[in-house]
Amino acid sequence: MDLVLEAKHINKHFHKPKDFHVLKDISFGVKKGEFASIMGKSGSGKSTLLYILSTMDTDYTGELYLNNQLVTGKSHRELSRIRNKNIGFVFQFHYLLSEFSVIENVMLPAKKLAEKSYVEIERNAQQKLEMLNIGHLAHQKASRISGGEKQRVAIARALINDPTILMGDEPTGNLDSHNSENVFNIFKKLKEEQGLSLLVVTHDEDFANRTDRIIQMEDGIIMNHLVNS
Amino acid sequence: MINWNVILGIAKTHLLTKMKSTVTATLGVTFGIGAYITLVSFMTGLNAMLDDLVLNQTPHIHMYNEIRPSPTQPISQYQGLSKAFNVVHSIKPKQNQQKIHNALPILGYLKKHPNVRGATPQLRAQIFYLSGSIELGGNLIGVDIMEEARLSNIQDNIVEGSPQALKNNTNGILLGAGLAKKMSLSIGDRVQISTVEGNIFPLKIVGIYQSGIAEIDNVQSFANLNTVQRILGEAENFVTDINIKLLNIAESEPMARSLEKQFNIKAVDINEANAQFETGSNIRNLITYAVSITLLIVAGFGIYNILNMLIYEKMKDIAILKATGFSGKDVQYIFMAQAMIIGLFGGLLGLLIGFGLSHLIDNTPFETEALPTITTYPVNFNPNFYVIGIAFALISTFIAGYLPSNKAKKIDPVKIIRGT
Repeated sequence: MDLVLEAKHINKHFHKPKDFHVLKDISFGVKKGEFASIMGKSGSGKSTLLYILSTMDTDYTGELYLNNQLVTGKSHRELSRIRNKNIGFVFQFHYLLSEFSVIENVMLPAKKLAEKSYVEIERNAQQKLEMLNIGHLAHQKASRISGGEKQRVAIARALINDPTILMGDEPTGNLDSHNSENVFNIFKKLKEEQGLSLLVVTHDEDFANRTDRIIQMEDGIIMNHLVNS
Repeated sequence: MINWNVILGIAKTHLLTKMKSTVTATLGVTFGIGAYITLVSFMTGLNAMLDDLVLNQTPHIHMYNEIRPSPTQPISQYQGLSKAFNVVHSIKPKQNQQKIHNALPILGYLKKHPNVRGATPQLRAQIFYLSGSIELGGNLIGVDIMEEARLSNIQDNIVEGSPQALKNNTNGILLGAGLAKKMSLSIGDRVQISTVEGNIFPLKIVGIYQSGIAEIDNVQSFANLNTVQRILGEAENFVTDINIKLLNIAESEPMARSLEKQFNIKAVDINEANAQFETGSNIRNLITYAVSITLLIVAGFGIYNILNMLIYEKMKDIAILKATGFSGKDVQYIFMAQAMIIGLFGGLLGLLIGFGLSHLIDNTPFETEALPTITTYPVNFNPNFYVIGIAFALISTFIAGYLPSNKAKKIDPVKIIRGT
């Protein structure tokens, strides 16, 4: 089985205010086309782990592989590029750039990657928006759409470069049940139709129970893997 | 790999959505640069005018016989008393002829010298202007008027008549403006002059000379060199002063020293004669630059503040840009680009405003008795100032933008996104 993302013996300490061992020898992998979720109490280190996996946090020991390539120890510049190309990220808060229109927000990572022409990028962005049923909002200002719509725009932005893995840090944490359901269905559809790998940190047990696998964390250790059938 | 299109696109959007701060910051630079251009153009224009007024009337090197005591008294040369303590009372100046010895060969030598633009002989004579029973003391300077017109700005100072008219009239005189006023004389009238010996000559006024310096205009007139020689009853080689204009003015001092040695004559170079004007010009330049730099520093702080605020406001945007694959450098360039755009536009606008204001000053009437050739305020439209101005604008905005943008570069996206 192909592993899209693999962590080997990851340890992390917080140094302030005093030394604290957050992650203790974490090793696990996400398979291609797998929809995995990480659950755990506040302070169990699940978000910290996710940010290490996302390559944004580089202050750790251990090894991280993305598409079987070692990413640990690469320069910030290379990591930026890897994030840009291979990792889509959805946060609890949408983090859209409020001065830009919806479609510009979606296009931004692709423009940075600069592998396609402007016209292609625009067409792709429109496609992603259509897929998420928000095609009609493309030319609205990002600040003038509803919370659920914003989160879907954020998902479209995460998908624009066709990443290998989509990571979410409580992507439904700020949404009502209707919109949460909506986001979950989108994730499910992405996995089933496009074979996308997903790794989502969540508090929402209903959400987690419907994923392929739940990784349960406590005090910086992975307690067990629950495979849902 | 830096994608300038994206970076400039984001910078542009930031600037346009924050129109008020953008305009404020831009105007800060604009006023700084505009004030610099206006100040420096006006100040250097004034400097040049004042320099012209005084320096152009003085030759680069002025040669004459100085009246002075002998540096070594005869008794010192007597070896028999070399070990004695000699005291000489009431030393008198050395008996010396007024004229320059061998003036014509010296002139010939100077005219062939590679660094000499021209050398003119002059004869200064003490005379009296007679107006009825009143005698006015003064000078009459015999000159080679066409050479003078070529080498100095004497033509500008001839307010009526022309150098040509003097050349064509052997009994002509260019009368000082102050004298003409005192004696109620004008062109075409005759004036009688008397030498120190008491010989009286009538001369015809062919022009009025006004230097703008009252002390000169009240005593000094010009006539042809041989006219003055004739009035004094001297030969054609009787010349009291030689004025030299150089091609390279920086050479004036060493050349004056070497001429002094070569011809045993007093030679004064232009810096020696006008040291105080140099000082004045330097101080005015210093003030100009001090004021301009202060203005630009103030503008720089404005930009620094505005960018700093913008970065605090855009903390989350910066974090998400970094999360989606923009590197720290990219983010830094976004904010640097904003600073530089403000600098460039503000600077260019400042140049325009500076040019406009200079133009306005240049066309403002400024008439004064002292300066007959000046009708408007003097302004120096030197393109170098504009180059310096825009460079100033870009450098100051670069510094003002660098510090905040460096902060943006170092923002840790994880910290912002997790809210810790």
